[in-house]
Amino acid sequence: MSVESQGPQVGADEWVARQAHRREYLPSWLGRAQRAGERVGWWPRLAVAGLAGLVLPLLGIGGFQLQVGIDALVIALLAVGLNIVVGWTGLLDLGYVAFFGFGAYGYALLSSAQIGTTGIHLPYYLSLPIVLIGAALLGLAVGLPSRRLSGDYLAIVTLFFGEAFVEFTNNVAPSKLGGPNGITSIDPIKIFGIQLTTNASYYYLLVIVLVVTMAVLRLLDTSRTGRAWRAVREDPLAAAAMTIPVNRVKLLAFACGAMVAALAGTIYAAQQASVFPTDFDTPILILIYAGLILGGAGSIAGAVTGALVVMVIYDGLLRSPAEASYLFYGLIVLTLLAKLRPWRRLALVLAATVALGFAAHAIAAAISASAVAGGPQSGGWIADALRYWVIVPANAQVAGNFGFVVLICLLVALVQVSSRWRTILLPPTLFLASFVWETRLVVEPSITRQLMIGAILIVMMNARPQGLLGQRRVEVAT
Amino acid sequence: MSFFFQELVNGLTTGALYSLVALGFSMVYGVLKLLNFAHGDVYMIGAYVGFFVIQWFGGAAHVSIPVPLLLAIMFVLAAGLCGGLGVAIERFAYRPLRDAPRIAPLITAIGISFFLENAVLLLFGTQYRIYNTPEFISLSSGIRIGSVTIDSVQIMVLVLSVVLMAGLQLLVNRTKWGKQVRAVAADREAAEMLGINVNFTISMTFFLGSALAGVAGVMGGLLFNQVTNTIGFIVGLKAFTAAVVGGIGSLPGAMLGGLLIGLAESFTIGYISSTYSNLLVFALLIIVLLVRPSGLLGRAQLQKV
Repeated sequence: MSVESQGPQVGADEWVARQAHRREYLPSWLGRAQRAGERVGWWPRLAVAGLAGLVLPLLGIGGFQLQVGIDALVIALLAVGLNIVVGWTGLLDLGYVAFFGFGAYGYALLSSAQIGTTGIHLPYYLSLPIVLIGAALLGLAVGLPSRRLSGDYLAIVTLFFGEAFVEFTNNVAPSKLGGPNGITSIDPIKIFGIQLTTNASYYYLLVIVLVVTMAVLRLLDTSRTGRAWRAVREDPLAAAAMTIPVNRVKLLAFACGAMVAALAGTIYAAQQASVFPTDFDTPILILIYAGLILGGAGSIAGAVTGALVVMVIYDGLLRSPAEASYLFYGLIVLTLLAKLRPWRRLALVLAATVALGFAAHAIAAAISASAVAGGPQSGGWIADALRYWVIVPANAQVAGNFGFVVLICLLVALVQVSSRWRTILLPPTLFLASFVWETRLVVEPSITRQLMIGAILIVMMNARPQGLLGQRRVEVAT
Repeated sequence: MSFFFQELVNGLTTGALYSLVALGFSMVYGVLKLLNFAHGDVYMIGAYVGFFVIQWFGGAAHVSIPVPLLLAIMFVLAAGLCGGLGVAIERFAYRPLRDAPRIAPLITAIGISFFLENAVLLLFGTQYRIYNTPEFISLSSGIRIGSVTIDSVQIMVLVLSVVLMAGLQLLVNRTKWGKQVRAVAADREAAEMLGINVNFTISMTFFLGSALAGVAGVMGGLLFNQVTNTIGFIVGLKAFTAAVVGGIGSLPGAMLGGLLIGLAESFTIGYISSTYSNLLVFALLIIVLLVRPSGLLGRAQLQKV
């Protein structure tokens, strides 16, 4: 694991990084499977993933799960678009969600009774190009400051732009844009004479659109333009010296990102049949960023995977606590098994955690009976197993909230301290995690999910900045 | 004319508050070249600390200790806790990323900002917390010049800000520690080679900047009365604009920028309309960035290759 060391390595270039990567295969048949998997090309993988996405609803997934799938696909599409600007070109665009909003509002205005007496009801093959061209122009306009501003300034200018969009839709022309009440009763999408009305049809449409977008972007990525983008990201000055038109390339990235976002916006608006200013505010932006960062900025597959994972956590699992309990404890145990080496340390941590729990429970019970009156909230055998281990006071809501915040802080700290401290801190952290789960999360998980998204950004940036699928960028020491 | 002077006083007061927050932005940018997006949320935490101090001592209507003592506790506690928070943020979120590509700490900063906002939401709920300043500080006991009144809270905010800014200026320009900060800001590696404890210096910078934000948070609570988990965002944006307008990295620039933003905002609200005040701040930022990217008092940076 030579690439794990801190800071730029002296003399390490991309070739060295790849060599180090080659040595990181798992032992025995796992490694062979890993290598075989890597031999499959990008295009077959896309085809397989796309087919899997199309087949998924046939397995009896419907209703709520389908809605989660649609949300996840929309965010995945957005993450792929954001990847152009942030991952490839290295421009921090914090107003990205406004393009999503622009697409949604653009489609809403062109296919509802909002403008004129009877409204405009353009077919999708007309309204989509109009919206996309508008979004590209808007992207160019917003990208203009990038000609002169470096990373930080650009971030703040685009952030202002995102805020301005929300204020604009909230305040300007309430008779047309609807103000805080948004635009309702938007027409569904109609292509080739088929009116898309069911959730399933939108799911299929999104899968197809996402796969096509990914394919187009893959071609773009491996083209001259894609290489120019990455050159600008690594070093604008050197890129300019190589006769790359840096400003034009940056603007192109902005325009492309804006178009993908607007495309997602049109489908979102049509599927929801209504748009509101709050749909395009900062929380959605953070969600897209969390997906992109989790998957690994700079990789199309990473952006999609990250966004899907984030959205399924965000929307799906947290709403069905019964299965979530098994998943929660299962994940903890699996992570410990995979990450804690050697086994003596693992045994030590597990034993210490169990002992700590029983001791704490006994002490708490001795001091006051009400301190343990609550009992574990998750059902099944897990609750029975934990009855005399975890402390759950009778009215634990506030304590659970505080415990959750402390837990997140502990986790952020845990990925950074030395391994001895990690071993010492792990048992209390595990105990606290269980406490928070039993008192708060399993009862009402939705309240904490935004906090978790924020934590994902911090932890990922510190622990694994290249994301789950991204390649670590090795900086050549200067 | 009295309306003009009244708006002038109001603008100076909010401007002083923005200056305090902008100073923290500017100092951190000076030593780390990092935009600390979470700074506005530290301000918000400060405002909450002040509110809970008031609650602890019996609530606004029946304060159980002398009011000056209460104010002193509020300011000191907010400064201390926020300073500690700043140090913790630096230690656990920014320090591992010091040599990472510049986009990484920026994204982390956004994550922290989002985290703090939602942690406060989870712990203290969505409802507005009201300071009820008039119930323990009588606003009428201020200075009255002609028809212009400067109420006691405004006087306190102005005086305290001036004292803090002067103190910071002295600290940075006249003490050994200030010299270390300036050295780290100029060239971190060279400073390290000269035996300066860079980590300590950066931690102290974060402590001071966040403590100022905490004090500003209490001031904001006293002035605007309402505290909720999202107040940090917009104040942070305005303070950032102030720092950029004045020239980021320059402390007098941050003070000047804060006052300018405060005045511009106050006159917009007074003479035009309150809906456009945020838009105006944004326009100001764009104009300054396009015309004079290094700010009013900043020095243009040459790019070394």
